[in-house]
Amino acid sequence: MPATFTRSTTDIERKDTGIGGKPPVDRRPTGGGGGDDNWDHHPNGRRGPRELLSRYRLGLFFALAGDLVFFITLVSAFFVRQNAGHFDVRDNYVSDWHPLAIPPILWINTAVLLLSSLTMEMARRHLFHEIDVMEEWLGLGRPAVRRAAPWLIGTAVLGALFLTGQWMAWQQLASQGLFFATSQNSHFFYLVTATHGLHLLLGIIALAVALCALFLLRKVELRQIAVDCTAWYWHTMGAFWIFIFVLLTYFQ
Amino acid sequence: MIFWRPFSADHRSVGISYLLLALCAVTLGTLLSVFMRIHIIAPYLNLPFFGVVPPEGYLALVTMHGTLMVFFVLTAAPVNGFASLVLPAQIGARSMALPRLNALSFWLTALSLAVLLAAFFVPGGAPISGWTNYPPLSGIAGTGPGQATGMDLWLVSIGIFCLASVLHAVCLLTTIITRRCAGMTLMRMPLTVWSWLVTAVLMLFAFSILLAAVVLLLSDRHFGTGFFIPKGEVINGMFYDHLHPHPDGSPMLWLHLFWFFGHPEVYIAILPAMGLTTSLLANFLRRPPVSYRFMVVTTLAIGGLGLMVWGHHMFVSGMNPYAGTAFGLITMAIAVPSSGKVLGWLAMLFQGRGSRVSPLPTPMLFTLGFLSFFVAGGLTGPILAQPILDAYLHNTYFVVAHFHLIMAMAGVFALFAAVYYWFPLMTGRLMNEHLGKWHFWLSLIGAYGTFFPMHFAGLAGMPRHYAQLTGSTSSLASLLPLQTGITHSAIFLACAQLLFLVNLAWSVRRGAIAPENPWQATTLEWAASDLIECRISHSPYEYRFDGNVLKPVMQCSIQQKQE
Repeated sequence: MPATFTRSTTDIERKDTGIGGKPPVDRRPTGGGGGDDNWDHHPNGRRGPRELLSRYRLGLFFALAGDLVFFITLVSAFFVRQNAGHFDVRDNYVSDWHPLAIPPILWINTAVLLLSSLTMEMARRHLFHEIDVMEEWLGLGRPAVRRAAPWLIGTAVLGALFLTGQWMAWQQLASQGLFFATSQNSHFFYLVTATHGLHLLLGIIALAVALCALFLLRKVELRQIAVDCTAWYWHTMGAFWIFIFVLLTYFQ
Repeated sequence: MIFWRPFSADHRSVGISYLLLALCAVTLGTLLSVFMRIHIIAPYLNLPFFGVVPPEGYLALVTMHGTLMVFFVLTAAPVNGFASLVLPAQIGARSMALPRLNALSFWLTALSLAVLLAAFFVPGGAPISGWTNYPPLSGIAGTGPGQATGMDLWLVSIGIFCLASVLHAVCLLTTIITRRCAGMTLMRMPLTVWSWLVTAVLMLFAFSILLAAVVLLLSDRHFGTGFFIPKGEVINGMFYDHLHPHPDGSPMLWLHLFWFFGHPEVYIAILPAMGLTTSLLANFLRRPPVSYRFMVVTTLAIGGLGLMVWGHHMFVSGMNPYAGTAFGLITMAIAVPSSGKVLGWLAMLFQGRGSRVSPLPTPMLFTLGFLSFFVAGGLTGPILAQPILDAYLHNTYFVVAHFHLIMAMAGVFALFAAVYYWFPLMTGRLMNEHLGKWHFWLSLIGAYGTFFPMHFAGLAGMPRHYAQLTGSTSSLASLLPLQTGITHSAIFLACAQLLFLVNLAWSVRRGAIAPENPWQATTLEWAASDLIECRISHSPYEYRFDGNVLKPVMQCSIQQKQE
């Protein structure tokens, strides 16, 4: 469980109305602690110190949802173009979709990216480890940061390896004569891997920023948020890659 | 005093910045439309700086008018502008959840507008393919004036706008979900907030798809791909296939992608207006909506169904006719929640006829105007929703009448209502009622005079985007008197907006100082500014009898101390 700083819950009597409807409006100036306080039993953490983290996570979630829709649009174009064809001079239907064999290095790239997700998760968990966070919060050094930083660097290195591998895959395709504009399929291949690569580059930049944030930001909470949001972004890009990879391998 | 600090991330400042941007866009868009109207009836008129405007110039006017109005007025103002201004206060928050993201999205929108306006000044001028930019016209640079650099600038501008809108939607959604004050459950939010919630979800999906479509089109134009360019095109007498590596795309792909964005876009434009209408009717009739839950459900239904009806813009595109049937049925289904809302509003008006504020202030007049235009424009919706009728009416002035009545006039009247209503929040002053009433009546008359006769032009078969009625299109010459009347009415309508501008400019400095809650509203944005922590325990639209008078029960009026 990630470390939290929930305030100690005072004795809040929760009146269960039992009728499943709206609770009665409490107009007595009870001063709280009774009546319909927290009548819908929402988790208190929402209003507590974890609020900032959950807010940023939610914002990132919505942004990634939009991004997912963007990728899905490209993929839908992919499927539509699979029906590309024309009629030749003898009125025969000739398909214009030429499936290409993906360069085998993509398998290695996929493994590298999955590994980088693992290292990213290690970094994230170190930063939420209760005892270390408590020590940091108390000002007794930075054990959490010291433990998380190498994993972050490792993730960035693996990410850079992935991008290098992608570049090599492109070189291999180009040496086979398949460039961006060669065929319907090839430009989709380049476009979608390039878009993913661009997002991953942004992820690496975010990792660098998070690394700096670990040492420059003073509040523990903000450091947690920086690494946490980067981690979730990174995992999502990894998931997108799996999706794209499966598509390119089996669905051409 | 004005609460506007241009470079701050304060939500009110960002909201006012958005509204000012929309004001610039609407002024320019209206000017373009006046030029368009004059051109239709006098195509050979020699203008002072431009000379005679050629038909391609008319198309450039059409394109830029549509783009400015749909994006920079009807998306920027109701959602981005007013939500930034009012949403946090309405849910009891002090600020947006991600205020700097909010500010960033404004600056990106401003950049987008600047890039779009730059298209007027580049060689070739503005693009001519309409705000919908169907390929291959939009996909090949040599197809017309303005289709080279101008089109690229349009694409870049709209790409930036998409990014800005998605970021703003993220900000809105996060705010609504995480920043509601204590006791503000989802079913106690004002209906404007519900409409912004649904609109933000639509924006998230729609603008991401438009961004992808724009990227694909840019790729077609610059990287030699063939997503949208079909085989066999002859451009300027030459086979395009010889110039392009492998064109074997499908313009239909663009249509599907664009309209999957384009239809939710119009719901993005109108849903906040609907939420505002319910709120203002409740305010000025001093009674809650007929059924709050009903209004919420219809809002959700319109938002959800709105994602499924995009094909009704494509009935004559060569799409599978069975798909046409499906889209037609769902489009007619979407009339159900919309009519439900209208009937709800009419029921409010009827039940509130005894308790309404008298005389009706300007925001209420514009709300009634919204209702009028919404019904007028909405009634032609089910007509156009039927593929067989659309086969005749597609791309005629009938469609132009439909969407102008419902988007331009109803949507814009809701924006006017919002400006007159929330002006005290922006400046602490009230706008002039006298000028406001004149503005309303003249606009109402002018708008009906402009857009209603267009139905007849459409039924007579006059197509859209035609730059003139004479010359090679002589069969339309009989419509010249009708179009002349429309043009005169349009100029009248445009001039009536000067009253609004004068009112704005005057009231900012010299308007009557507004009391604390000038409209006797119940929602939280009108609560006294020192109410920092309050716990909500009832719905946002309650009025209570106090003697003989209905008094508003402020949503946070019952206060309890925090524990």
